[in-house]
Amino acid sequence: MIKKWFGRTYLFLIVLFLYAPIVTLMVLSFNNSRTSVKWGGFSLKWYQQLFDNSTILSALGNTLLLAVLSAAIATLLGTSAAIAIHHMKKREQNICMSIVNIPMLNAEIVTGIAFMLLFITAGDLLSVAGIHFEMGFGTVLIGHITFNLPYVVLSVMPKLKQLNTSMYEAALDLGAGERQAFFRIVLPDIMPGVLSGFLLSFTMSLDDFVITHFVKGLGADTLSTLIYSELRKGIKPEMYALSTIMFLAVFIILLFVNLKPRELPSAEKKR
Amino acid sequence: MYRKSLSFPYFLWAAAFIIIPLLFIVYYGLTDRSGAFTLDNLVAIATAEHSKALFLSLGLSLLSTAICLLLAYPLALILSGSRLGKSGFVIFLFVLPMWMNFLLRTLAWVVLLDTNGVLDSIFKFLGLPRFKIINTPAAIVFGMVYDFLPFMILPIYNVISKIDTNVIHAARDLGASSFQTLYKIIFPLSLPGVISGITMVFIPSLTTFVISTLLGGGKILLIGNVIEQEFMKGTSWHVGSGLSLVLMLFIIASMVFSSRYDNGEGNVL
Repeated sequence: MIKKWFGRTYLFLIVLFLYAPIVTLMVLSFNNSRTSVKWGGFSLKWYQQLFDNSTILSALGNTLLLAVLSAAIATLLGTSAAIAIHHMKKREQNICMSIVNIPMLNAEIVTGIAFMLLFITAGDLLSVAGIHFEMGFGTVLIGHITFNLPYVVLSVMPKLKQLNTSMYEAALDLGAGERQAFFRIVLPDIMPGVLSGFLLSFTMSLDDFVITHFVKGLGADTLSTLIYSELRKGIKPEMYALSTIMFLAVFIILLFVNLKPRELPSAEKKR
Repeated sequence: MYRKSLSFPYFLWAAAFIIIPLLFIVYYGLTDRSGAFTLDNLVAIATAEHSKALFLSLGLSLLSTAICLLLAYPLALILSGSRLGKSGFVIFLFVLPMWMNFLLRTLAWVVLLDTNGVLDSIFKFLGLPRFKIINTPAAIVFGMVYDFLPFMILPIYNVISKIDTNVIHAARDLGASSFQTLYKIIFPLSLPGVISGITMVFIPSLTTFVISTLLGGGKILLIGNVIEQEFMKGTSWHVGSGLSLVLMLFIIASMVFSSRYDNGEGNVL
């Protein structure tokens, strides 16, 4: 009993630690005073001003577009790579997986400057050929796709290992084409892994600062880089309002997504 | 469908955007402005300013890794033993904060930790000694623990929740106390998760420049800050690359350390 009580308290304290800054930001978004140190009464004015702030809204647009595009492309590339790697010999598999893991295990700052050196050199080489190329939205997208790839491969791999290959072979025996067998049999089975890879990639892209910082060049601000550039002047409270909206939106979506599969295991137990 | 050609787009991408960029760092790190081979950029780590930053980074990141481990291990045990551990709830709980921007989340601690901030006021109210850690190395450690704790919790939780309960019951049946079971059975079996958690916290802590900028008041330089300035303030890409190569030695060392224990089960996912 005491053990259980202790466990609950400990869990509560850690959750409090992780969520305290989030609650702080939410409270600040309703703060009437501009400075973050003083409480000046409840107000919704930052929420109103948010929708007139074109800098923040365009950064939001860039951030969301980057997250959707990079997650989608990484999911496509990563899933096909995972399928191919799954069917390799153990030795080849190990080599491939260590390449897959590099962007996840390497320090973000190293990945960031490596990209920066690559893109600037590429720009120099291309300008000799008369082609104009500089860092911007495109290079940020390439960066995000690259660091998303390991998350997709690592989410899909376990599902492939659980896959029952005789189902696929049975489909082929019964006259399905390879393509048909893949889309009808294999894909539905690995779908949870593909989806969680996509969702994880989307989250990672949304939350990234370091790599974007090094490869964004002059244009293409995301929310993170905009916040960083506002550090000295002080963060605009509209930013708190925006992040509160985003957090609550995701909280509600994830709550719905998570509630459904939770009912399944208990239903199985009853059987 | 299961042809190797499926992986061609991926490996083309990996070659262009994973392998080649790393070779650029090696090239820049080992050459000077004229393109001649030199080791000066590596030796640059030995200057007083750079080595101080490196040792400070090593110290703070080791400390924050140790704190994360001490906080996360009991939590992983509690979660795997409770009903909450089933279902995707645990992942949900620890991934959700990532949807609030990383910079803002860290900045919120400035409000909480500041002199006369929320925590300081609580301490004052309770008559405890004042809580002044903002703009000190302690605040940076605090930020590291906060930002990277989930990366310690998830792999450890993952491994512990997969331990066969029969093994634990067997140990208890054979007369082991609960402490002995933990020490002799659960801990050794959870080692892959622990090792993977350690690398997942140590490397980002060692290389961060954002946390020290936000919570260190801009006066405390970590090795990440030094490298970032070499690149973004336009000092020298060659020295910056050389210092990154030195940093990569630590990263590779900790990866080798983790791959000796990792059997693939310690993954976050």
